[in-house]
Parts: sequence; C-alpha cells; structure tokens
Amino acid sequence: MSSRDLILARIRAAGATPAGGVPRAYRGAGAPADPDLFVDRLTDYRAEVHRCAPDAVAATVATILPPGATVAVPPGLPAGWLPAGITALPDDGLTADRLATVDAVVTAAAVAVAETGTIVLDGSPDQGRRILSLLPDLHICVLRPDQVVAGVPDALTRLDPRRPLTWISGPSATSDIELNRVEGVHGPRHLHVVLPAGPPA
Amino acid sequence: MSRTFLGMPATAPPGVGHLRGDEPFPAAARRALADPQLRRNLGHATTTIRAKSGAVIAELPDWQQLRDAGSAIKADVMARLPELLERLEAAVTAAGGVVHWAADAAEANRIVTGLVRATGHDRVIKVKSMATQEIGLNEALEAAGIEPVETDLAELIVQLGHDRPSHILVPAIHRNRAEIREIFLRAMPGVDLDLTDDPAALAGAARRYLRHTFLTTPVAVSGANFAVADTGTLAVVESEGNGRMCLTLPETLITVMGIEKVVPTWQDLEVFLQLLPRASTGERMNPYTSMWTGVTPGDGPQAFHLVLLDNGRTAVLADEAGRAALHCIRCSACLNVCPVYERTGGHAYGSVYPGPIGAVLSPQLTGVADNASLPYASSLCGACFDACPVKIDIPSMLVHLRDAAPHPRAESAAMAAAAYTMDHPRLYAAAQRAARLSRLAGPRGRGLPPPLSGWTAGRDLPEPPPQTFRDWWAAR
Repeated sequence: MSSRDLILARIRAAGATPAGGVPRAYRGAGAPADPDLFVDRLTDYRAEVHRCAPDAVAATVATILPPGATVAVPPGLPAGWLPAGITALPDDGLTADRLATVDAVVTAAAVAVAETGTIVLDGSPDQGRRILSLLPDLHICVLRPDQVVAGVPDALTRLDPRRPLTWISGPSATSDIELNRVEGVHGPRHLHVVLPAGPPA
Repeated sequence: MSRTFLGMPATAPPGVGHLRGDEPFPAAARRALADPQLRRNLGHATTTIRAKSGAVIAELPDWQQLRDAGSAIKADVMARLPELLERLEAAVTAAGGVVHWAADAAEANRIVTGLVRATGHDRVIKVKSMATQEIGLNEALEAAGIEPVETDLAELIVQLGHDRPSHILVPAIHRNRAEIREIFLRAMPGVDLDLTDDPAALAGAARRYLRHTFLTTPVAVSGANFAVADTGTLAVVESEGNGRMCLTLPETLITVMGIEKVVPTWQDLEVFLQLLPRASTGERMNPYTSMWTGVTPGDGPQAFHLVLLDNGRTAVLADEAGRAALHCIRCSACLNVCPVYERTGGHAYGSVYPGPIGAVLSPQLTGVADNASLPYASSLCGACFDACPVKIDIPSMLVHLRDAAPHPRAESAAMAAAAYTMDHPRLYAAAQRAARLSRLAGPRGRGLPPPLSGWTAGRDLPEPPPQTFRDWWAAR
C-alpha cells in the first residue's frame, strides 16, 4: 500500500461525519472603499503615502527617489510614471545580485485593501517578477484610483489565484523581540504608496 | 506493525521529531517557575500582545461571525478530507508541482532529505514551520550532511543559542533583548561587536547576516498556512520578508504541510486572512503573505514539491471529542491568554506545540499515554476557548483527555471506596466522624501520607468542620 493510499484509508477509517453548512454572516464583498481609511491604515504601519494629481505621478516619484537613483523597472510599467534624471533598469532578467544593489523599484499593484492597509501584487507586466519588489530596499507602488477596495473579501474576488501573489502591509517588520513590532528586516525597509486622484466625477 | 492495523488511524511514532518531552509537565514546570527572568520576559511579552490583539479585534464588527465561519469551514474540511486532498493533489500537479505523501515523521524526513540530495546542494534556507519542527527535519538534514539555515528572526535566535522554541509564533519569546544581543555576539559570524540591544539594531544584524545566504542558497524548505483544494494555491503568512526570500529566490522549493491545512475554496481564505493576523500578532494584516500555485515560468522556484504529512493527525481525526484540535490555525492566541503558559513558558510542555492547544494536540498526536501529564497543564479557566479564532473548545477537550489518560490504580481504588461509602449512609457518617478526628493532628495545610501524598503536594487539604451538617441537623 502506498503512503498516499495508507493516509487516505486512515482518514476514511477515522470516520469524521459531514457537518452542517458554513454560516457566512460576516461582511462580504461589495461595500464602497474608504480612501481616507486606506491612507490611515498605511500610515499606521509606517508606509508613506503620497496623494497627487492624476498627471503628477512622475513628479511625485521624483520627490521620493534619491538624486541619480538606479531604479528597477517592470517590463509593463507606464513610461509616464518615471521621472527624468534617474537610471532606469528595465527587468530583462536582472540577476538577484544586480537587484540587491539597486536603489529602488517602482511597480503598479493588482488591488489594495482599505481596511487593512494592504497592497497586493500579482506579477502582471506592470508589477513584474516577485523578486523585483523584494530585494531593493525602497519599494514605490503606484495605485490606480479604482484599485482600492473595502475589505479582504473584495480583494479575493478581484485576484486570480493562479498568479503568484504577494500581499504587502507596510514595510518589512518583526514582532520577534518581546512581541513589539519593529520595522525593517529582510524585505524592503521603505514602502511608499503613490495615490493619484481619479478623474473628476 | 501488524497488517491487521494497516489503514487504521495511527499516532506519531516515538524516536523521531519533537512531540514528546523528556519529563512530565509538573517537573519541567517547577524548574521554569523558579526562573524569575523567564517569568518577567513572558509576562511582558504576553501582556503586550494581548493588548494589541484586543485592540484590532475590537475594530471588526463581525469578529464573532468570522469565528463562526472559520470554525464551520474547518469542521467541513475534516469531514471531506480525502476528497479535498485528492483535489489539492490534482490542482498542484496540473500547475507543475509534485505531491508527496508522508505517513509519519520518518517518512517525511526521508522524502525531504532525498529531494535536497537530488538537487546536489548541501544547504537549505528555511521559513519558520511548525510541521518541520514537529518532525525534527533539521536533525534529519544535519544527519545527512545538509545544513538547514533558519531565516525567521526568532528561529535564528533559537538556532544560534542552541535552544528550543517555546512559542508557536515567537519561538524566542523566552528571551529578552539583552539576552538576544548576547546570543548574537557569541554565535553570529561577522557580527558587529558594537551591537546594541535596540530591537531595530538586532533586526538589522539578522538582515546583514542572512542576506548573502538568501542570495546563494538554491533550495528552500517551508511550511504552509493554507492550501486551497480547488486551485492548488499555497499560502505562507509572515512578517519579515524571510518567507518571501525563501519562496522566491531558490530554484527548488519544498513545502511540508499537515493534511489538516487544506481549505476547500479560494473564497474561504477571506475568513482566515482576517482571523489569523488579528488573533496572532495583533495586526490588521501581517506585513507579507505569499501565495503560489505550482510553478510560474520565469518567476520564482521552477521546481516545487509539496509533502502532505499525517504523523498522528488521522489518530486525532478518529476521536470525535478531540478532532477539533485539528482546526488550529497556529495563531498562538491561546498561549498568550493562558495563566499557566504565562508562568511556565513553552519548554515545560515538552512538545513543539505548547500552551493550551499543545496540551490537547500533542497527547492526541502521540497517544495520551506518551503525554499523560499535558491534559492537566491547565486550570480549565476557559480563556483559551474565548481567544481561539476558530472556536476550539479546548477546556472540554482537556477534560476528555484527562479521562483518557492512564490513572494510577490507587486512584481508582480510592474512588471506588469513596463511591461505596457515599452509597451507605452509616459508613458515610462514620467517615465524617473519622475525618473530624484528623483535626487533632494539627493545623490545615499538611499533606496526606503516601500513596495519597501526590494529591496534597500541590493542594491544601480542606480543614474538616468542627460540626458536620448531619450533627447539626440531629442536634437542632
């Protein structure tokens, strides 16, 4: 008997019986997102938030980057998001060693959760490989206005589970020393979120 | 093993892994209680986390509804486990992963060691994982000449200090910042000798130390918090980014996961991703959660192995009154609210699963006889039940397991004698008179003679009243 068959036989012999249905009386998807709450949550976890005019993304990114910065760039990032005067390094298969030495990365995101201050990356061309947003010490994430949703259930309905997903809530942190939160361990120590305003209603 | 028992639920085998302590809980607890530094560290840490967790839970108007859903999803999973595991296997395989089944710790260690050997490398980076601690994977890898490097800060503190983990979430909770600094100065290669005990400086030291290892180690081993049967998606919840490093940079990823971690649908994650961080680290969301499905061409590890582990879980599943212990999502909220854990710390429990959940899970995984003292490591106050995000009724389970634990023959003889006496009024009256005579022997608080001294070692014997109710009634 293979271990697979053995384990499945053991489970069947254990005889756990079907339970009732799952009550889903908690708040589901569909509520409107509160952008101010999103900013408050991001700030509470030491992410820096920059609200700007729809056409001011590049100018805002310029204020975050150090002068002459080397910036890793996902293949599908809108060209208009990058300021002049930086060294853009398009990701055409950059090595880990190279990425570990760049100053920053600029990405888009797939969705963001207001209630928890979370952004989610799904590896689309404007976000790139997971390694891009991991090794540089400064991550600048630009969100489109319609990408912020109210809660976790809303985010899941918008995401494709077959894509590699990274949920990010503030900069890298740990609670391992006396259960106090300390920012800055292995992931990017600085997270900046740029929020261009939507077109006027 | 007799062939007759093949296919019947089995407990975790002895001699491998870390589910059994070297001594009973009372002996280990007594030593822990005599360590004032340990008690200060634990008191400080558990007080901090209780306040944080309470605050973010209070922000959610539907916390109880989320708990109800989490509990029901887990109960549903236990009833449909074979079907869900087969679906998970099919989905992971279709996405380019390879699924392995391990009946016990020894087989899981064999599988992982073989997979690492096949890559030709002799070092692995590890994400903190309870399952791999449970099976003693690090020891098995070392015995095979493979160096496991723990990358979680607390696990690193434990590994560098040649220590044992004492908490599910924060394995080094028994160490304060000054002790951590000393461990780093003593055991971390290349450490800055001017290192202070500022937590940010300590975290920075770990970052510098592990950076090169992350970039040069092509094999990683992880656990999993959740696996979605429908889609084959695995999820790892973490804080530091060491998880992202291990799940993204290497060529080969090996994930060891208990069979109970599967959830049916993608939508079910909306429940657990809200319950776990708030109950665990007291955050609205943990800094990083990674989700992956098999292999993604051009992004992350190009070889993915999933090892599904039984190691006693089917034995837990077979006990109707105890199987809900498998609902545990390893948040450690029950540890943080437990008056016993707060005083003894995690080492006293012997197993890698300490605290209230450990007191019900470890004896069931090993068979109660091998962890007979753990169901008594509780005052049955019920705080763990209230704190559990998936509503595991730990107190009732403890009582059930106390009943299942082996009892000394003297105890059952004494209970039988007491029952007989209470059934016979004349005998009962005589016994009461005899008890009153014991007042002549001295003040309260003294112990009973052997073999009953065990009972009074930790309890005061109540002082018999000068007049019983029966005497008062008769003389009224």
